[in-house]
Amino acid sequence: MSPTTSFRFAVNVTPKPGILDPQGRAVEGSLGHLGLSGIHDVRVGRRVELTVEAAGEAAAREVVERLASELLSNPLIEAYEVEAIGAASSARGDGAAREARA
Amino acid sequence: MTVRVGVVTFPGSNRDADAMAALALAGAEPVALWHESPDLQGVSAVILPGGFAYGDYLRAGVIARFSPVMRAVSAFAEHGGLVLGICNGFQVLAEAGLVPGALLRNRSLRFVCRQVAITAERRDTPFTRAIPDRHPLRMPVAHGEGCYYADEATLAELEAGGGVLFRYAREDGTPAWAADDQANPNGSLRGIAGVISTRGNVAGLMPHPETAVEAALGSDDGLLIIRSLVESAAERAAAGGPALVGGPALVGAR
Repeated sequence: MSPTTSFRFAVNVTPKPGILDPQGRAVEGSLGHLGLSGIHDVRVGRRVELTVEAAGEAAAREVVERLASELLSNPLIEAYEVEAIGAASSARGDGAAREARA
Repeated sequence: MTVRVGVVTFPGSNRDADAMAALALAGAEPVALWHESPDLQGVSAVILPGGFAYGDYLRAGVIARFSPVMRAVSAFAEHGGLVLGICNGFQVLAEAGLVPGALLRNRSLRFVCRQVAITAERRDTPFTRAIPDRHPLRMPVAHGEGCYYADEATLAELEAGGGVLFRYAREDGTPAWAADDQANPNGSLRGIAGVISTRGNVAGLMPHPETAVEAALGSDDGLLIIRSLVESAAERAAAGGPALVGGPALVGAR
């Protein structure tokens, strides 16, 4: 079994330009109550953070891209970007190593 | 022989019992289908009911899309089987790509729960054939994410190809085209309340025909849609129908 490394990613999903975003509009509408002005084009999306075990960062990113396009976003209405937010947290080769850590 | 029509229960479905009761009223034998099983038990049509499948987490309908039963339902649809998605079931069909478009959060941002009127744009489909004329049908909506969206090209295709099945309407039956029309409960583009697949065997709508099946409860107009489905399913069953097994073997064969 080849050793794998943990990679931490964030997937940021936002409504595509032109798609109605009533949440963004509601947030924008509330800004006046805070006494703020000069803020516009508020878009509300979602951020999903996850850890992937893979042989390398490229392989890990490939998995995340697939997850982002097939599950985390709906390509009809949402865009996404994948962001690496942390490198290897631990190396882990086989079950024995895992057990030893535990 | 009584035709058997399946109703899928996902964790979070809450209109499955209503769909089963409506099917029985329309003369069918309702068959309960479980989300974890890819076995469609030889039914002649499938209803995906309303509710909040898998808590509507991430996006309404998306997690249900990957359930074992939906793999079987997709295969069933590919083989020409009749599938009707109601409310959350419509959202599942859209997420699965079995009907075009997406359901966005209501323009008002509010959960809307009230009686609406819709008109059938087509009465020559397996889902609308029992509807006698173009009078508006009255039935409830109950959803937070029912704003129909598709890009301009898809909308043009839908309109030209007969893909719009139902439209929200005013009391006099005129369509509520505009997103801000009072009779359009969620801001759907072109007032679209329901669509049908190109092949005409998969349809979804946001309003609830299955809860408008008894005049004493406000309207029985929904029964026209349920009855259409049951009649169509019975005809197909009598004719031998498409391969409607939908068990693990069929899924495995894909």
